Amino acid sequence: MYDYLGVVGAGVMGTGVAQVFAQSGYKTILVDISKEQLEKAKNKIRQNLRFQRLLTNREISESADTVLERIKFTTDYNELSKVGFLIENVTENWEIKKGVYQKLTEICNDDCIFGVNTSAISITRIGSVTKKAQNVIGIHFMNPVPLKAMVEVIKGVHTSEETIKRTKELLKSIGKDSIVVNDSVGFVTNRAMMIFINEAAFMLQEQVASAEDIDTLFKQCFGHKMGPLQTADLIGIDTVLRSLEVLYEGYNDSKYRPCPLLKKMTDAGLHGMKSGKGFYNYEV
Amino acid sequence: MDTMLIKSKIKEYLMRSVRNYEIKDDDNIFELGIVHSLFTIQLIMFIEKNFGIELEDEELDIEKIKTVNDMVELIKNNIEKKEKGALKL
Repeated sequence: MYDYLGVVGAGVMGTGVAQVFAQSGYKTILVDISKEQLEKAKNKIRQNLRFQRLLTNREISESADTVLERIKFTTDYNELSKVGFLIENVTENWEIKKGVYQKLTEICNDDCIFGVNTSAISITRIGSVTKKAQNVIGIHFMNPVPLKAMVEVIKGVHTSEETIKRTKELLKSIGKDSIVVNDSVGFVTNRAMMIFINEAAFMLQEQVASAEDIDTLFKQCFGHKMGPLQTADLIGIDTVLRSLEVLYEGYNDSKYRPCPLLKKMTDAGLHGMKSGKGFYNYEV
Repeated sequence: MDTMLIKSKIKEYLMRSVRNYEIKDDDNIFELGIVHSLFTIQLIMFIEKNFGIELEDEELDIEKIKTVNDMVELIKNNIEKKEKGALKL
């Protein structure tokens, strides 16, 4: 279907998306501004593949080397000129995303679809800086990407039916189901999820209960697989904070004001699982 | 490394994650619902790093790390295997 797929940003999400594309047989260009981050992504994919059998109970048919051979790790954006579809996963900051999309609009061919993997930023707003808003669509993958079968797809005001069709086809080819929703800041999932996490952080800050007790209540009482604070650690505390800020600005509604504890943790480098410490300790 | 030391190291690590729960040696930590599935990876990385071993692909199995006793056996076997390998050299 496509000779090459593109992935922009080699953080937690971009790495997961590149892995799933490569495992589905697609040649993939993974671009990041940092060589060090690309090296981390390579090691992370190797590690994910090693543990995948353990988490999914499925045998892995290909070696890590075979999967990794399909991914080109590069800092050169110009490599993206040959991709027919790309997923952008850069940090949740409007100015950074805006700059990236201006660059992508210049480099990529006119047919290329821009899949925006964002936690909260409006797809319509991103479309406005690309000069081809009909090709821009939100593709909100869940973390960890290789394990989560459902993807939230977001239709911007100008997203075309053709773009939606091609997106659903691509997702199906990598084993993902999708539900299409209309554009609204935070979409369906994160608009509700971030408030849930934020209130849990406020309760911890106010010493209503310990982190373990808050999470255990949600797991045992409501059957959630993970509590809100464990989920925040998985997403990344810095990403949770940035998403709340985007929601706060997007709706001008004080109900999205971020809990000061999240700010303090972000400043202290306590970013959750990826940094080794968050509400819980993950150091080994 | 003797069994008691291995056991106490494992328990110390587990207690850091499940602070409110007293884990017995034969409790199945996955059935108790006190750890989530992604914790499995952290646990394996802890075992490999702290005991200086590298588990084989077929050992990456929840059955082999479901209780403290299972983990002790897995670690002892691997340390033994490593020491035998070193002697041959």
